[in-house]
Amino acid sequence: MSNPTVTIDGRAVEFQPGQTILDIARSAGIFTIPTLCYMQGTNPTGSCRVCVVEVEGWRTLVTACSTAATPNMVIHTENPKVEAARKNIIELLLASGNHNCLICEANGECELQALAYRYQVATPIYANPPGAKYYYEDNNSMIVRDFSKCVMCGRCVRACNERQVNLAIQIGYRGHHNKIVGKCDYPYIDSDCVFCGSCVQACPVGALLDKNAIGQGRPWERRTVRTTCPYCGVGCQIDLHVKGGRIIKAMGARAIPNEGRLCVKGRFGLGFVDHPERLQTPMVKKNGRLQEATWDEALDLVASKLKEIKDQHGPKTIGGWCSARITNEENYVFQKFMRAVVGTNNVDHCARL
Amino acid sequence: MAGLAASFGSGAMTNSIAELEDSDCILVTGSNTTENHPVIAARIKRAVLYNNKTLIVIEPRRIDLVKHATLWLRQKPGTDIAVFNGMMHVILKENLHDAAYVAERTENFEALKETVAKYTPEYVEQISGVPAADIIKAARLFAQAGAASLVYCMGITQHTVGTDNVKTLANLAMLTGNVGLWGGGVNPLRGQNNVQGACDMGGLPNVFSGYQVVTDANNRKKMEEAWGVTGLPDYVGMTMTEMLPAIKKGDIKALYIVGENPVVSDADLNHAIKELKALDFLVVQDIFLTETAQLADVVLPAVTFAEKEGTFSNTERRVARVRQAIPPLAGARQDWQIVAEISKRLGYAMDYQKPEDIFEEIRKVTPSYAGITYKRLESAGIQWPCPTEDHPGTVFLHKDKFARGLGAFFAIEHKDPAEMPDVDYPLYLTTGRLLYHYHTGTMSRKAVGLVEKAPECMVEISDLDAAQYGIADGQQVRVKSRRGEITAKAQISPKAVPGTVFVPFHFAEAAANLLTIAALDPVSKIPEYKVCAVQIEKA
Repeated sequence: MSNPTVTIDGRAVEFQPGQTILDIARSAGIFTIPTLCYMQGTNPTGSCRVCVVEVEGWRTLVTACSTAATPNMVIHTENPKVEAARKNIIELLLASGNHNCLICEANGECELQALAYRYQVATPIYANPPGAKYYYEDNNSMIVRDFSKCVMCGRCVRACNERQVNLAIQIGYRGHHNKIVGKCDYPYIDSDCVFCGSCVQACPVGALLDKNAIGQGRPWERRTVRTTCPYCGVGCQIDLHVKGGRIIKAMGARAIPNEGRLCVKGRFGLGFVDHPERLQTPMVKKNGRLQEATWDEALDLVASKLKEIKDQHGPKTIGGWCSARITNEENYVFQKFMRAVVGTNNVDHCARL
Repeated sequence: MAGLAASFGSGAMTNSIAELEDSDCILVTGSNTTENHPVIAARIKRAVLYNNKTLIVIEPRRIDLVKHATLWLRQKPGTDIAVFNGMMHVILKENLHDAAYVAERTENFEALKETVAKYTPEYVEQISGVPAADIIKAARLFAQAGAASLVYCMGITQHTVGTDNVKTLANLAMLTGNVGLWGGGVNPLRGQNNVQGACDMGGLPNVFSGYQVVTDANNRKKMEEAWGVTGLPDYVGMTMTEMLPAIKKGDIKALYIVGENPVVSDADLNHAIKELKALDFLVVQDIFLTETAQLADVVLPAVTFAEKEGTFSNTERRVARVRQAIPPLAGARQDWQIVAEISKRLGYAMDYQKPEDIFEEIRKVTPSYAGITYKRLESAGIQWPCPTEDHPGTVFLHKDKFARGLGAFFAIEHKDPAEMPDVDYPLYLTTGRLLYHYHTGTMSRKAVGLVEKAPECMVEISDLDAAQYGIADGQQVRVKSRRGEITAKAQISPKAVPGTVFVPFHFAEAAANLLTIAALDPVSKIPEYKVCAVQIEKA
């Protein structure tokens, strides 16, 4: 039996039962349905409604991300009715807070801003009264929460609960009082939050911010470099955002093995890289105290002492510890040096500790 | 590592991280995964919460994963072998083992059968404190699952019976036919970013890169030809844990330490520090003036991961690129360049222009890395073994055949830890990491956010013990062992089991390793960080 089909924008497309309209559209190469609350790999909620499409014969427009297709549906992803609805939805999203882009951290990569631009939605007609108060949390050193920018898409909640499974935040309260809350609506620092920062990465707007990146550079001024996390053995792929020779922030890369995830150490633990206590010059012990030395002085001393000890006591009396922190290449060179040059197999590292 | 290598022929994690979400039953033991490998824990929790899989946690502390566990066995520290032998006893008794798999792919089954015969659930309950009924339940859950995965970490290996612990886990996996299939396997989680790579590259006293043993003349000949030298040493060298005590005896005169901080990380620190001070010559190459570097005769400044090119190999054998993001700090140098400079001064030139040149040499002499190139790594990591450039890499090991041919069962008996609580030192001490810190804190304690969440050392203690010793939450307490003492804040926690205190080892000013015992596993030479005896009092 062949698979059932739907018609999308005039094209017949096969699908697997259970697939949503958005899934089918994307697998058919249609990427123009806008989304905001949708996040791949988590359960769709259809809460922002920006992905609405028209299905012939249905009473209302439906959200593509959370509506399962049925055989022989006829779907229109773009038409005046759909476009008008999307504009209205975007206007409502803009009206829900204070979406001023001027110094917003998300400017340039904000998904709401992109939608407003695409559908040419300017200032909303309806809006909260000027001077409306929004929750603002800046009492820890890692994450800032600015609810004047929050559109209640719930992506942070799904990142926390479904992606990272930390179960630290939820959507709390009802109706207009809706708000993202931690345990008992305490600030992050007093809640069960473990600061993996997945919520920050998931936020499509500027409501959740990496505190250390604030004011450090616009997206288009930053370069990203894909590398591997220096902490535990999972080997998470990280995108380092760099500007002017400094790491601005770290984001989990959508790659094996972490698929976008990071933990608190990988995301907020890289401050050691440009820490003022970093060693910048070799040191040599003179009269019982370590004193600054030139590279040549230090390297000559190491070479001559190793040679002296090797000649006097034999290579077996020299040991070398390589490291689980340095690269494969460096470990290889080190063990080669110990074996081929010093002449000992006393090579080990901290695997046992 | 040594344990798995003996059982299977390869010491690495058999399966991959992503497979955990598909495993029908995950058994986690000796791993506080949520704190030590948070991203792997996310997979495990997803398997349970969203894929409806079974999770068994066998662990003395009430770790976070217990919240999600189908079943939690709380054994006394150092009684893992008894518990797993008990599970195997039940599996055999109820005929739940995979007889065809055992017959086809393994050897020495009879010896195992004989040994576990006496580990009845009741007998195991006496040793481990785990109720007999729970052992039966765990055995059935594990044996009756489709693909069952064993996940462990240092809680298994950091014992005087560490190697035996691992062999016991391997026994259980083979008995239930769970090695060599998707979602199964025996999966040691490596604790540091490139500990797998450091082992792969021959950063061990007994092997060259790719685990080619140094005692084999053919291997030495191959390396001598590749390196253009003669007379490579033919004996097995000393491990770190053997080198330290060898210093006082005069067998080790000089140490060259790269990126390690034994003054905080080694067992029985008071001893370790004395040993290091007795060296004729100590070179430390690091990014900070660590506690160890302060003892050095020469300190060589190196650069961090963000300033270098290269590769790391993660816990699932995946070789992935490290890319330079920022210029190297002025004054510091690449680790490989420093080594090459010293080598040149000792008359052996290493003419590498860049890390890729080194990698090309690694490929030539290391069969498991032979098919990996920087070009292939550009898009994604590759899991070794990868023998040729058209090989896709290996997701899980031992598919149709174990690396050593037949999987070997080992008959293993329970043994008590080297030091048990007694009248003078009535509590167990177990050590480990916190979510917010990493190893000796050299890196993590320099990050503002991490320090904010975990500013200082703490002694995790159960409410029962706290009441008995009159200790209030947050009060300073003194923890003493036969080897040393530390003072830190008490944290009364539901994680702690009565009779056991937990201290993280990140904090040099209250170094847990002043207390730990340098009793080693006879094979792997891993110290027993997870069990020793202590006393506690208000400070």
